[in-house]
Amino acid sequence: MIEHLIPILAGTLGAAVPLIFAGLGELVTERTGVINLGVEGMMLVGAIAGFAAAAETGHGAAIGLPAGALAGAATAMIFAFFALSLAANQAACGLALTIFGIGLSAFIGQHYISYSLPGLKPIAIPLLSDIPVLGPILFKQDWVVYLSFLAFAGVAWTLTKTRLGLLLKAIGESPESAHSIGYPVISIRFGAVAFGGAMAGIAGAYLSTVYTPLWVQNMSAGRGWIAVALVVFASWKPARLMLGAYLFGAVTILQFHAQGLGIMVPVQFLAALPYVATIVVLVIISRDRRVLQNNLPASLGKPFLP
Amino acid sequence: MTTPVPRLELLHVTKRYPTIVANDDVSLSVLPGEIHAVLGENGAGKSTLMKVIYGAVKADSGTMMLDGHEVSIANPAQARRLGIGMVFQHFSLFETLTVAENIALVLDEPFNLPALASRVKEVSEHYGLPLDPNRMVHSLSVGERQRVEIVRCLLQKPKLLILDEPTSVLTPQAVIKLFETLRQLASEGVSILYISHKLHEIQSLCDHATILRNGRVTGKAVPREETPASLARMMIGRELPVCEAPIYEGEHRPVLTVRGLSLLPTSQFGTELKDISLTVNTGEILGIAGISGNGQAELLSALSGEAATERDVIRLNGKSIGHLDAGERRAKGIVYVPEERLGRGAVPPLSLGHNALLTAHRQGMKNWGLVRYGKARIYADECVNRFDVRGADASTNARALSGGNLQKFIVGREIMLKPEVMIVAQPTWGVDVGASAVLRQALIDLSRTGVAILVVSEELEELFEIADRIAVLAQGRLSPARPRGELNAEKVGLQMAGLFDHAETTPAASMMETKHASA
Repeated sequence: MIEHLIPILAGTLGAAVPLIFAGLGELVTERTGVINLGVEGMMLVGAIAGFAAAAETGHGAAIGLPAGALAGAATAMIFAFFALSLAANQAACGLALTIFGIGLSAFIGQHYISYSLPGLKPIAIPLLSDIPVLGPILFKQDWVVYLSFLAFAGVAWTLTKTRLGLLLKAIGESPESAHSIGYPVISIRFGAVAFGGAMAGIAGAYLSTVYTPLWVQNMSAGRGWIAVALVVFASWKPARLMLGAYLFGAVTILQFHAQGLGIMVPVQFLAALPYVATIVVLVIISRDRRVLQNNLPASLGKPFLP
Repeated sequence: MTTPVPRLELLHVTKRYPTIVANDDVSLSVLPGEIHAVLGENGAGKSTLMKVIYGAVKADSGTMMLDGHEVSIANPAQARRLGIGMVFQHFSLFETLTVAENIALVLDEPFNLPALASRVKEVSEHYGLPLDPNRMVHSLSVGERQRVEIVRCLLQKPKLLILDEPTSVLTPQAVIKLFETLRQLASEGVSILYISHKLHEIQSLCDHATILRNGRVTGKAVPREETPASLARMMIGRELPVCEAPIYEGEHRPVLTVRGLSLLPTSQFGTELKDISLTVNTGEILGIAGISGNGQAELLSALSGEAATERDVIRLNGKSIGHLDAGERRAKGIVYVPEERLGRGAVPPLSLGHNALLTAHRQGMKNWGLVRYGKARIYADECVNRFDVRGADASTNARALSGGNLQKFIVGREIMLKPEVMIVAQPTWGVDVGASAVLRQALIDLSRTGVAILVVSEELEELFEIADRIAVLAQGRLSPARPRGELNAEKVGLQMAGLFDHAETTPAASMMETKHASA
């Protein structure tokens, strides 16, 4: 039994990586009161940029991820200019960004349709990977999975333990007050949006250079939207976000195995399962409206001009 | 002896906005350790001037000297570095953070919350402003929030402290405490700029005063050597208007009675009403004192019919009306003037004629279900003339009116309905002295025609001017109403702190402080 479970659980960690990066980035953005619905678009731009950089240089994910991050952040700046500098409607700007990202990535991706990349080999961490059961699940992974642990720890620590984290939360609650005590609200929000874009870009680049190392049009397949939903249902808390991401990862891997075992269920249904399961579970977890209200950044989605 | 160098000196400061000149050639100077008042009505340019000093607004011309050196302040952060602290009228605090976290956000020093928390405690106790650094701000009373603002400034060791209308939200006792703190600060060499329109406060606290009217300096005075009348003349350019309250000679009978009203709050931070009873009689004004957030919103929504109550809890002329909604109560002669003028008392983008229709549609403005706009327009025009609503007619949009003129229109619109009961919330909040006098007189005159009026107000002076009996709403409980003559500001202040039973005894003052701090 265990020997069947280990590959499933190990695969879960990898499948969750795109949601972790994209979700943590969106979480930081939303903490400052900005909702960027362009995550799906930024992921796709990051995916094609990462894939192109990896394919052209031959260095794989090591160059693909930074390239994806840069491309994602640059895409996010389009959103930031309209939604923050011009105080346009954030929902509309975000939706437009997603549509733009889908189109742009498909256009650039035409040159790369026949390419494939080598992918990444797992790195076994000495000693830790010898622990029975847990070792092969947690410590025989590619380095991006380890990076996702670090990203979670870094974001969680910054949000709860540092002045910057406090400031992000404060701006999300009342940009007017933050402005009146002298903080550059727009600049800080720009920074948070750029971070969100970079993280979405990394998530996309992971998909195209590591997870399925080839370019397929629209390959993020709605994960950007799941990331946005995760942030809300996780009530803007990183630990809950991780939970949601792993749940999504686990169901994704499970349905692959189910397809392999020839379970008589339409493939389309199985493919939809991770999305349905994640949303259902998270809705149940967050059905306490008070918790949601207490953590909701009060200025979320409201334009602010000093 | 040489004259000391002023801490702050403003020379010929001018700030123009597209439609008005907010500050016109304003000069003032404040010495170290001086408490200097900036006195003026709403819209006189006080707030703009303070924003210029604090770097939130840039002046068009003029110079600013700090300790003898010319400075140009680009933003509030720079002002803080130069030793200027500001306590805002509308607090700039974050509700979901703790006291210590709020303070940490404005200090330019390494981030260490535990160390900061102990310093907050130390400083707050030194100045008699007890605070728990680990409380969430949303759980604090308004007075406590102001303490956070002040302590936050003090931790930056300011040389100049600006307070913008600091007492509008405090109980009389808390005002006395605040003044002690400010005098202590001044004796330590801190200069204080104190913005207010309350004459008695400035007379008891301030060494010098600069009086502004329409953006210009209209006088400089030593407040203690002036009379309220002479200060008022400088502030509003004429005598301070006084209200006249003739004795009501008609029959006295209870009209609106509330017995045992308890209500759970509708919002998360609301206040629960506990067993409230009151009676409003013909020909009198019942004043409800107390600081907002003690159940005022809940009581008003229960009386107006916006919140459902039990059938028999509220009665009009002996008949149960607790189950009726707002429209049904209006049909029975209860009118309501809410606190928020724009959005609740009136619809901002609609004309006054259409706004008249909102509550006066029963006055023959409908015919077979169709609106008779002509009638509405006549009604609005009559209201504008009768209640001296300036610069408006029936076609003016509600949004275009100043606070005072819009309030005159809303109150007038309700008075013209010839109600039996009138409920008014904060009748003169943010309204200038002249319009306030008109509004208060209008309420008194209406009551003397036999109408029962209930006024909820944060301004004690207002209630002492117009109310025949005063009750205090504190922490969701209502004290028994007593005739105005039996009360004074101190007694009411103690009740505001929630001490109905101890109002007569002196040790209550210290008890109030501890209770207030732990509330």
